[in-house]
Amino acid sequence: MLKPFNSKLVLVAVASALLVACKSTPMADKPAAVEDKSPVATKPADSAPAADTSGVKEVVVDSNANNTGNNPLKDPNNILSKRNIYFDFDSDAIKAEFRPLIEAHAKYLLANGNAKVVLQGNTDERGTREYNLSLGQRRSVAVKKSLNLLGVQDKQIETVSYGEEKATQNCADENCFQPNRRVDIVYEGE
Amino acid sequence: MYELSKNATNFFMTKTPKAMMNLVRTFIFGLLFGLSSYASAALEIEISGGGAQQIPIAILPFGKSPEVPAKDNLHEVIAADLQRSGLFRALDTRGMANLPTNSTQVKYAEWAALQAQAMTVGDIQPLGAGKLNVHVQLLDVLKQSILADMDYQTSPNQLRYTAHKISDMIYKKLTGENGFFSSRIAYVNKSGKRYALMVADADGYNPQPLVSSNEPIISPSWSPNGEKMAYVSFEKKKPIVFVQSLNTGERKIVANFKGNNSAPAWAPDGSKLAIVLTYGANSQIYTINDDGSGLKQITKSTAIDTEPAFSPDGNWIYFTSDRGGRPQIYKVSANGGEASRVTFEGSYNVSPHFSPDGKSLAYIRNDGGKFRVAIQDLANSQVQLLSEGSQDESPSFAPNGRVILYATKVRGRGTLAAVSADGKVRQRLSESSGDVREPAWGPTVK
Repeated sequence: MLKPFNSKLVLVAVASALLVACKSTPMADKPAAVEDKSPVATKPADSAPAADTSGVKEVVVDSNANNTGNNPLKDPNNILSKRNIYFDFDSDAIKAEFRPLIEAHAKYLLANGNAKVVLQGNTDERGTREYNLSLGQRRSVAVKKSLNLLGVQDKQIETVSYGEEKATQNCADENCFQPNRRVDIVYEGE
Repeated sequence: MYELSKNATNFFMTKTPKAMMNLVRTFIFGLLFGLSSYASAALEIEISGGGAQQIPIAILPFGKSPEVPAKDNLHEVIAADLQRSGLFRALDTRGMANLPTNSTQVKYAEWAALQAQAMTVGDIQPLGAGKLNVHVQLLDVLKQSILADMDYQTSPNQLRYTAHKISDMIYKKLTGENGFFSSRIAYVNKSGKRYALMVADADGYNPQPLVSSNEPIISPSWSPNGEKMAYVSFEKKKPIVFVQSLNTGERKIVANFKGNNSAPAWAPDGSKLAIVLTYGANSQIYTINDDGSGLKQITKSTAIDTEPAFSPDGNWIYFTSDRGGRPQIYKVSANGGEASRVTFEGSYNVSPHFSPDGKSLAYIRNDGGKFRVAIQDLANSQVQLLSEGSQDESPSFAPNGRVILYATKVRGRGTLAAVSADGKVRQRLSESSGDVREPAWGPTVK
């Protein structure tokens, strides 16, 4: 039977799978609604100078789902489909339970020299966004170092951070905070 | 600065703060009710607090000839602007029998009886070809004299903007400082899975999307002239720094190096930005031109260095670093070199933002598990906690330094809030839908 804690992990895993199924494409321009704001004060002695606040042009950045084929990375029965490594509070130490997962990905990367991964670090929502972005990066680098020790070259790995951007909002307790402190393994092209 | 006579303020000086607050609330809710027909109002404003030193001012309805469109009640926009500044108390004029539109018609005794120290009268007349002329006079009630007599040429869809320029004029005339009502703010709205970087007038009206995406957008930063916005977009599944022109929508990648690219902050002369690059485990601060050239490393540490902010004189970059174990604010020469520590009180001080005069620093302090806005006087290092939330972030000053805008959470939803730099007046701006965060106050539009 699944405990609530585990069902949260499952939710996170599903969300990540949806996430990796998206591929971003260049932005499409949208016509601008440019607005001329130019009131002119006509009594110069005391008047404000002619003003020109501009309208704002919007750029829309969209993602398309682009997911193909049957491969070990997507096979739910293969450990390679597991992509989440969880951390303790204020820690970037990798727990023993995630060793098999990291070893499996290392083996895959060594066997597929063209494959590349992005390691996305995440934090819970506490603290400021930019500082959390930096903290999340420490976790992704910790996973990278584990892959390096298993022989994977830096050229196959990029470490980035989402900070708290993907974190569950308004957590009241540790069961809610905990799943946010993780690294997601995302393969290039996913 | 014009000195108003102060001998008519006794009535309000003797009010208790609570009564004062209720009065202010009643007045503002009346205003909001009056304004509720605006479809363009996306951010709703709620105000509380206020000091006893506020200037009581009566902003009278503007006279209008029948051809002038009825929308945008200028006097309500101006009154709300002034009230929001915390330095004025806009008086309710609805009970007054005589509402003059020119100084020649004013019976000063009636307005002195309402405790007004200053008042405005004016009218709006068509000029033909869709243009309007707004005439406004600012009057000293006790001296019965004209302080300013102005005409603003405008058009029907620019009336709100004209109202903000009039508010700026009144503020300047009566306080001696520049107003900030015609400035704009940026913020990120998250609705469902959609992120939009928005730009709105300083009073929350006229919100327009600058960029939208299914991936997060954070850390907007205005160029000093208000023409460009730097921000971080995750649209390519990693943080990348963009600069976008507000007018044309043209957008350029400034930093897309391996790893993270984040935390853009403009130099005060607009020549370059400070950014944060994180290739290894530790974020470091760099400067870069807004076309992506001229990358230069500023900090070299084995710690997280992030959230850079230029001092207004351009000589220093203040930043957050955990080099001492816990995150604190440090400063380094804008050309690099040795850093020195700025914050010493408390175990977690992050996100430094300068007041425009360079004398104060606003930042976020973890105060016993609550993240709150603090302001530090850089001359004597005195610190005051300004905000009352528990997850407050992203403080930024109004162009005149009088108000600090920040992100907070109300019942779990992200909203914007503002507090006067002396902590006396608070406002909350909430969008009707979505989660609002990452505010940045832009420069005054010249």
